Amino acid sequence: MVSRRIIPALDIQEGRVVKCVRFLNPRDAGDPVDLARLYDAEGADEIVFLDITASHEKRGIILDVARRVAEEVFIPFTVGGGIRTVEEMREILKTGADKIFINSSAVRTPDLIGEGADRFGSQCIVVAIDGKLRPDGWYEVYVNGGRTPTGLDAVHWAEEVARRGAGEILLTSMDADGTQAGYELTLTRRVADTVPIPVIASGGAGTLQHIYEGVTTGGAEAALVASLIHYQIHSIREMKTYLRDHGVPVRL
Amino acid sequence: MIAIVDYGMGNLRSVEKALQKIGQTASVTADPAEIGRADRLILPGVGAFGAAMERLRAPGASGTSLATAVTDFARSRRPFLGICLGMQLLLTESEELGEHTGLDLLPGQVVRFDVSEHPDLKVPHMGWNALQFPRASPLFAGLSEGAQVFFVHSYHCVPADASVTTATCDHAGPFAAALQRGNLYATQFHPEKSGDIGLHILSNFVGV
Repeated sequence: MVSRRIIPALDIQEGRVVKCVRFLNPRDAGDPVDLARLYDAEGADEIVFLDITASHEKRGIILDVARRVAEEVFIPFTVGGGIRTVEEMREILKTGADKIFINSSAVRTPDLIGEGADRFGSQCIVVAIDGKLRPDGWYEVYVNGGRTPTGLDAVHWAEEVARRGAGEILLTSMDADGTQAGYELTLTRRVADTVPIPVIASGGAGTLQHIYEGVTTGGAEAALVASLIHYQIHSIREMKTYLRDHGVPVRL
Repeated sequence: MIAIVDYGMGNLRSVEKALQKIGQTASVTADPAEIGRADRLILPGVGAFGAAMERLRAPGASGTSLATAVTDFARSRRPFLGICLGMQLLLTESEELGEHTGLDLLPGQVVRFDVSEHPDLKVPHMGWNALQFPRASPLFAGLSEGAQVFFVHSYHCVPADASVTTATCDHAGPFAAALQRGNLYATQFHPEKSGDIGLHILSNFVGV
């Protein structure tokens, strides 16, 4: 049986890892290659890099980061943030990255999903979905880093991106993100039950139990972790040992 | 010299970097003559079977296609490793997006995972999964049963001769994770993305 995956997420700004502390500006947390190597050694199953570089001129820096990661780290890694075209996907995949993810541009230009899948294979194309619970019980897709509501139903959108050729869904609950109160299990389960492709749960993990719930009750194949490891609350090894001890298949 | 076949399908740089990591020099090439001169050949690749065969069969500048160069190499008894799609292409035919014929170096079919009776299982089979070794192969020397490697694929190989299967894995039932016949080695998983275990497997390939 395929192991449930633990995937550290690193926010990259102008080639450096940043930690965003609430109400404070992003703070430098080191070299992405050093951190990627460290997380690889600790047992990360994959690594996700989110490029949050605002300046368009400096966006090429992420390609250099990806190239250096590919030389040092021999587990799969994914790069996303601001990708708008198939050509930009190609540039990233050429560095040695295994997958790219798109979010806002997939909503703006849904054909991008199929074009990327046709060109590079579905396995390369991850669609990130940010969902927020509406008072009447459905989850609305937001884009532009959670600033813009789209009117789209997250479960329907997930179904559509899978049909269009996405290989995986990175699902973030905006309500849970940053709370450390656990993944949004209802949303995660609804999407996981609806799509035939793997779902990565994201947003809200604060304890080992939360990770366990994400990959069992939530039905996710993988758990994205950020604050838990960046603030050294739990190591990846602790997470995996906990999952294994509770009967979840992991790579240890 | 190790040659990595560049036919425009997927992540060639990862294989090259992994070989460098274990102290090997590799050349990523689309030149049939260079493939002919190599000591070892790796056929990597991700993407669709039909598109890959189309690119392999396209006549090159010299008039020789990569399919011919790869086939000649495979028959020359020098060590050959197919990875992921590069494994599937060695078989007779695939049902991916229609019927496509492969290189037919190892008789067999490439079929889609049937998870209809396993609602909790996903396709693609993506992630780390454990290997079992039904028979010994130099490729897996030094590894124990249960070693985990990284897979990402929606189709899998069904060799006509089950005895060529050197590793199996489980996703909606057992499937062939690696094949070997003589100098021909093939892995469905990505050794170049399977951490230390993957680098160990590549070192084994370099040593055969």
